[in-house]
Amino acid sequence: MAANPGMAAPTGTEAEAGTEAEAEAEAVAGAASARRTIVLVGHGMVGQHFLEALADRGVTARDRVVVFCEEPRPAYDRVHLTSYFSEGRTPEQLSMVEDGFMARHGVELHVGDPAVAVDRDARTVTARSGLTVGYDTLVLATGSYPFVPPVDGKDAEGCFVYRTIEDLLAIEAYARRPETVTGAVVGGGLLGLEAAGALKGLGLDTHVVEFAPRLMPVQVDDGGGEALRRTVEGLGVTVHTGVGTQRIDSDTAGRVSSMALSDGSALGAQLVVFSAGVRPRDDLARACGLPVGERGGIVVDGRCRTADAAVFAIGECALAADGRVYGLVAPGNEMAETAARTIAGGADSEGEQGAFTGADLSTKLKLLGVDVASFGDAHGAADGCLDVLYSDSRSGVYRKLVMGADGTLLGGILVGDAESYGILRPLTGSVPPVAAEHLVLPAGAGAPVQMGPGALPDEAVICSCHNVTKGRIRGAVTEHSCTSVPEVKKCTKAGTGCGSCEKVLGRLVDAELEANGVAVDKGLCRCFAHTRAELYEIVLALRIGSYRELLDGHGREDARGGEGCEVCKPAVASILASLATAIGASVHVLDGEQAALQDTNDRFLANMQKNGSYSVVPRIPGGEITPEKLIVIGEVARDFGLYTKITGGQRIDLFGARVEQLPLIWSRLVDAGFESGHAYGKALRTVKSCVGQTWCRFGVRDSVRMAIDLELRYRGLRAPHKLKSAVSGCARECAEAQSKDFGVIATASGWNLYVGGNGGATPRHADLLAKDLSDAELVRLIDRFLMFYVRTADRLERTSVWLERIEGGLDHVRDVVVRDSLGICDSLEELMAAHVAGYRDEWADTLDDPERLRRFVSFVNAPDVPDPTVRFVPERGQIKPEPAATTLVALSETVTV
Amino acid sequence: MTIEITETVTMVRIATGSGWLPVCSSGLVEPGRAVVALLPDGAQAAVFRVRGGALHAIGNVDPFTGAGVLAHGLTGAVDGRPYVASPLLKQRFDLASGRCLDDDAVAVPVYEVVER
Repeated sequence: MAANPGMAAPTGTEAEAGTEAEAEAEAVAGAASARRTIVLVGHGMVGQHFLEALADRGVTARDRVVVFCEEPRPAYDRVHLTSYFSEGRTPEQLSMVEDGFMARHGVELHVGDPAVAVDRDARTVTARSGLTVGYDTLVLATGSYPFVPPVDGKDAEGCFVYRTIEDLLAIEAYARRPETVTGAVVGGGLLGLEAAGALKGLGLDTHVVEFAPRLMPVQVDDGGGEALRRTVEGLGVTVHTGVGTQRIDSDTAGRVSSMALSDGSALGAQLVVFSAGVRPRDDLARACGLPVGERGGIVVDGRCRTADAAVFAIGECALAADGRVYGLVAPGNEMAETAARTIAGGADSEGEQGAFTGADLSTKLKLLGVDVASFGDAHGAADGCLDVLYSDSRSGVYRKLVMGADGTLLGGILVGDAESYGILRPLTGSVPPVAAEHLVLPAGAGAPVQMGPGALPDEAVICSCHNVTKGRIRGAVTEHSCTSVPEVKKCTKAGTGCGSCEKVLGRLVDAELEANGVAVDKGLCRCFAHTRAELYEIVLALRIGSYRELLDGHGREDARGGEGCEVCKPAVASILASLATAIGASVHVLDGEQAALQDTNDRFLANMQKNGSYSVVPRIPGGEITPEKLIVIGEVARDFGLYTKITGGQRIDLFGARVEQLPLIWSRLVDAGFESGHAYGKALRTVKSCVGQTWCRFGVRDSVRMAIDLELRYRGLRAPHKLKSAVSGCARECAEAQSKDFGVIATASGWNLYVGGNGGATPRHADLLAKDLSDAELVRLIDRFLMFYVRTADRLERTSVWLERIEGGLDHVRDVVVRDSLGICDSLEELMAAHVAGYRDEWADTLDDPERLRRFVSFVNAPDVPDPTVRFVPERGQIKPEPAATTLVALSETVTV
Repeated sequence: MTIEITETVTMVRIATGSGWLPVCSSGLVEPGRAVVALLPDGAQAAVFRVRGGALHAIGNVDPFTGAGVLAHGLTGAVDGRPYVASPLLKQRFDLASGRCLDDDAVAVPVYEVVER
């Protein structure tokens, strides 16, 4: 980092700063000597919004901006913290800071170095590292801290709060201890239910203890609370309302063992999360003598200025001009805007205009999968207001609208189905265009009324986090030529806060695009206007056996009779391979036209590596292998000089084979009883297993046997993407079945089947599809699940993404494959039976066919010459590809005779 | 280096500095696929047959990776002009001009090819 005048000590902490921008800014400041220093204390969501607002107004280019951030990482999306568990998002994906933002705007960010003192006379801020920075303007965005009620034993090991990524990681680690079985959340508000969802997701028996008589007492009324409770309990979370926590008891090791409740009962729990509200973090302000409210919060005026005109406070740490502390991100962002506007100076920097005088507390959340929304005057505080109510205890749906005497919509509460929130909230304060009862009745009941976003006026605020109106979203399409939701989000920021407006946003953008004559194309590629799932149905129904027939008969007009493309060819090849036996087409992927459709891996039945060599993976079902077979693999690798590595799927990968070596290698492997492992295909890879009951003292079932059976059953099945599986012999889950497309875990009473798990870049924990299954039930359910996936997924869509994309998600899939709601299970099972019966080892077949074998040469006119571009160098006793001397050839002349 | 030449009825032949090099019999190059020919100077040519039957020959070495793999890519067409997508990093190369459709600065050599 460049030298920073004004810094009393070297930072010693991770600091991100754009040296160039900084140097430039220094030079400007030196010349004009008007360069101020703005210090921001706290880099949460509101802090980052403030920095963006400063940058938007050109302040970062003019002034020096220094940020102190207590947490070890820059601002991240605290609102979606739970998605770390529920959707497997990484801390990086939760980041609110665009790559390179700090460098681009020359902002000096000190991560992991909180401010510890403010000297208002000297106008300096001192951080924990000892770094002292002078300021012209100081902005406090220190947020809040979780309130822990002063009960005895609250500091026992196993007690947590739920606020930061570090809190989550600590909870996760503690919950994974085998001794941790039951988790209790103190507080049944918004955050409490989020925390309960996280504990549930970690597999704990979960309890929520709420002092008020209902859940989410701030947002919903008794009726809504009751609907919420029923649904939450239906999910297996035990709810205790109207009881307080009196004491936390620990075992001899000082770890939480149970909670004493105010009704005299005890609740055994090994992990406790306190989520009883938050308190403003105003200690820094108190210490430097700034006035704070009676119940905390730094007192600010409508411009977010504290009693000291050089000091601002924004977000959850501030006591706003209307006497309230706002714990939501949208009002925090508004305060950030107000402060930035005031600091930037200009037309709207003083007086009423652009001041923060209070905010809407509307919220829409998905808690434990239950939609909960509350907006406007949700509790009907206005004089003479009337409720319009719909409640259905069976489905857990509760909708209440508060209407003014003149028919104005004042507010409402939605539980169980908050789909209409996106429309209703912007209508608040106006008389809705249809009768109120139509707004609470479910679709299909009473008069059919479809209230789309078209009914909203242009002034209606669609995204309340960033205050984006319908008019601006339409403008993004009509004036800024945005043609997709991501583009509109980038252009307007709409939908980038809490995300609750995303559905309405999507419908608005689609409607606006359509109105502007832009067709929304869902087709597979330039050749087909159909999706992969539609093509599957066409191939199956019309028994189309070739790519050409499909392209010429069902492709886009201008693609018919054409060359096709690299997107649809492998996708169609996969469909044809999946359905080959069912529609009576050729089974082998190298036969006839099929061969020209395959990705190179499928063409040579091996995985192409970076230098054009291939790797070979023989199938080792369940990871079980005899010493004899292991020796054969070793001998083959040695004789052909292959690099050998154990894979994550419990098999062995042999790298560095040339095309012409593949048949020789495979003839030895096939002779020894190996068959293709399909590591090259979008097909079943492996079914991993632990040793299970046979050897392990914890095992309750024979996981190896089951893994081998499943691997042999589904081997060779072509799918939209690769498929991985695992079988664990007990709940300790050593085979990591919950990270697989389909995973099986043995229990004392049968098998539990999990689906939709994934590792890789976007890990996802698998969902439980069914439990306590017999062997036959398990296989039947997997047959159906896999065939339903093969039938309906998009190209290159893993089960994890598919499960989240298809309408109705896991519930729908369960309805279809467990309850047979579509009546297609017989056909799914038949298709799988046809696949199993028609399976042949591709490599054995290839070795038997001289026509196919002829393709395994590097040069058609010199079959004995190996490809000279495939070269290796030694490393750690094996080979590795020689680093490529990449030569980018300039446009060269056509060679002519 | 031994370069086998089997003279049969119709041969695919590539232009080299020293004349037409017979590569293989016509039937071996199937629509949508390619074969690789080793040229006398050690270079590699990938010979593609498009759906209409026409042949195209371009350098086989992928300039982005240095690997001889373009013949193993999948073919397609933009505005009727056929291309091959490299199987490694998927850059597309025009079969007639050798130009990379995804990077103007890159191209592979083009060879004249006939059947007779």
